Amino acid sequence: MLLSMQGISKAFAGVAALKSASLEVEPAEVMALVGQNGAGKSTLIKILTGVYRRDAGDITFDGKPVDFTMPAEAQSAGIATIYQEINLAPQRSVAENIYLSREPKRFGMIDHAAMRRGAAAVLQTFNLAIDADRPVAHFDAATRQMVAIARAVTQNARLVIMDEPTSSLDEREVAVLFETIRTLKRSGVAVIFIGHRLDELYAICDRVTIMRDGQTVAKSPMADMPKMALVRHMLGKELAAFQAMAPDQDVPERPVRLAVDKAGAGVRVRDVSLNVREGEISGLAGLLGSGRTETARLIFGADRMQSGTITMDGRARAYREPADAIADGIGLVSEDRKIDGIVPDMSIRENMTLALLPKLKKAGIVDRARQDEIVTKYIRALGVKCASPDQPIKELSGGNQQKVLLARWLATDPRVLIIDEPTRGIDIGAKSQILKLLRSLADDGLSVLMISSELEELLAAADRVTVLSDGTSVATLPRRELSEAALLAAMAHQVE
Amino acid sequence: MQTLLRPFAIKSPGDLARIGVILALAGLILFGALRYDNFLSPFNILSFLRYNSMFALIALGMAFVIITGGIDLSVGGTAAMASVVAALLSPYHWAAGLLGGMAAGLAVGALNGFIITKMRIQPFIATLATMLAAYGTGLLLANNQSVSVSYDTGFTVIGQDDFLGFPIPAWIGLVAYLLGWLVLEKLPVGRHILAIGDGEATAGLMGLKVERTLAAVYLASGTLAGLAGVILASQFGAGQPTEGVGWELFAIASVVVGGTLLTGGSGSVGATLAGALLLAMVFNILNFENGLGWISLSAYWQSVIRGAFLLVVVVLQAKLMTRQRSG
Repeated sequence: MLLSMQGISKAFAGVAALKSASLEVEPAEVMALVGQNGAGKSTLIKILTGVYRRDAGDITFDGKPVDFTMPAEAQSAGIATIYQEINLAPQRSVAENIYLSREPKRFGMIDHAAMRRGAAAVLQTFNLAIDADRPVAHFDAATRQMVAIARAVTQNARLVIMDEPTSSLDEREVAVLFETIRTLKRSGVAVIFIGHRLDELYAICDRVTIMRDGQTVAKSPMADMPKMALVRHMLGKELAAFQAMAPDQDVPERPVRLAVDKAGAGVRVRDVSLNVREGEISGLAGLLGSGRTETARLIFGADRMQSGTITMDGRARAYREPADAIADGIGLVSEDRKIDGIVPDMSIRENMTLALLPKLKKAGIVDRARQDEIVTKYIRALGVKCASPDQPIKELSGGNQQKVLLARWLATDPRVLIIDEPTRGIDIGAKSQILKLLRSLADDGLSVLMISSELEELLAAADRVTVLSDGTSVATLPRRELSEAALLAAMAHQVE
Repeated sequence: MQTLLRPFAIKSPGDLARIGVILALAGLILFGALRYDNFLSPFNILSFLRYNSMFALIALGMAFVIITGGIDLSVGGTAAMASVVAALLSPYHWAAGLLGGMAAGLAVGALNGFIITKMRIQPFIATLATMLAAYGTGLLLANNQSVSVSYDTGFTVIGQDDFLGFPIPAWIGLVAYLLGWLVLEKLPVGRHILAIGDGEATAGLMGLKVERTLAAVYLASGTLAGLAGVILASQFGAGQPTEGVGWELFAIASVVVGGTLLTGGSGSVGATLAGALLLAMVFNILNFENGLGWISLSAYWQSVIRGAFLLVVVVLQAKLMTRQRSG
């Protein structure tokens, strides 16, 4: 066995990120490491590579117990990591990046000629014909990734960790990457492949380790793990328990308000079609990396659509920027409140009316009376628990912050509200409150597109659910066909 | 052929700016030589080099700091303090003055490195604080007045005498720049400094010793500022606690004019020297222009003109770079 990690535990500020997780890798095998967001994959890898220190557990590499305190130590022991956001120095040349920290030297000085020769030789083994003197920034993502792999190879790495290596590659580039991985395997190098696209995992990996909630929940040869089982392990649901509570309720076919037809942009969104109907909650489901958030951004005009059409109330639309979509009655409550949503030090009043300020102006000045009116109305309507409208929003709980954000968009009087992971980071009680709120808004005629990775949430709230897989809408399930099993099957892309 | 041309190959936006500054310097020298009688006289050349070596030394240290993506505001204060320390120690031995002044600079540099890498304070704030502290220390040591150096121990030779026909400060500057070039272009640590400026987190993940390298860069910057202080004291015969104000800005300007990006990760030692000489040359030419007697520019006007010149150069560079990027 090349690598064995056993009983690894780690807590951040008292919150357990890993609970006795384990991982084993044999020489010359490709090990898939999969799990939902927050399952603990990256924490486990960072502990292995010395970025974090573990609280408990044992790691042996190449038969010896190891305890790396810095990435440099893991590297010199033969563990190379290729991070998602490819870690190379962009302004330095390809050759320099390959040899950085281990430059060939003559009389203490860098031997540029030897470095160039070595770089050319290693790039040759990957069939990469590029000018190694050019800065890395000149090349596309796939080439940069090859350079990072070339760097790992020249470090005599025995184990190469690839964190979502295909996330920014197109199909041709993925094929080149897989060829590279096979080359690595032939020379006895093991690979840990962290990824979400099931087809890719089955194409290149020998075995799979599945993590959930900080624990290792399954290990198996890839061939013995059906897709359905893999998804079930990742999401952690026992199908039987849920089939019993599958809803059996028919929803009338209301008119379509927002229609997305064959939308595509880059590799993240390939072919997405979905309808959002008047007064309905449409769910958008899919595994991590299936293109849910990217689809929302396309609809909202935050990213440019390359193919397909968007129709709003029967008229074709092309939103060039979010302001166009907002003017047309579309709102987007984004996934990460802290990054895109709230301004923590501003008051509830200001946060709530931020998107509305242009409309609240009277002779260029904010109309305080109308602002008060709106703020009071939504605090009451949504049940925001706060001391006063002038309390800084950062003092509120997650659920109440979410309500303020929701109010911000509701105050603009949208006809379509896109809400990405509405209950992330919110406690259970507040979750059902938010879902009830969305339901009552829909009953009042609002069309809601709810992106969620929690199946219970979709089952509880959505009138129909469109499932994305690898940037493609693979199924739309109306309420009467909605069940945990049906959703899982669609996510695993095994629709009969 | 390709190998021969390699040093001149333009591979990054910075390269073009660096070639630009060398052309601009050559243009100014040509202008001066044609317009003024004594511009290329040995006297003018030697006094130009003697005086401006101090600034060139500080700019060299600043170039390394800026390449890492940092800034060192303390160099002016450090030079002033070092000049006082050197003057106070000069009666004992010329070497005591030299080494003492450099040690004073090294101490400030070490403190900067410690605050920035261990206490994780932004370089701007850290060196702003040490700048104030260094000025204060210089004034305290000097009792709020200039401190005369000893003329008996040979200390003044450092700043005032020549060696093989060239001023000793110019030799010191030349050696420092050659060493700087060697470090940045030929030694692994130079590449590491560039990579750190390109992205500190990335450099760490690639296994580079980020903290140690950064600390060494600030140490070098402080020591070079100390050396500039020694030359100051030796050249003018006194430790000057109130000198050095604005030197850090002159150094930053030289580095920027030399095509080094303030965002880090790119830069050249040779172009920094050209940048420092270019800015100094503007002063020299303004002095000659005054000498012609047609106009009389006060030091204040000279400062305004220099500022305008700097702005023109920087704007031109920015234009060049955007064109290079889109082209």
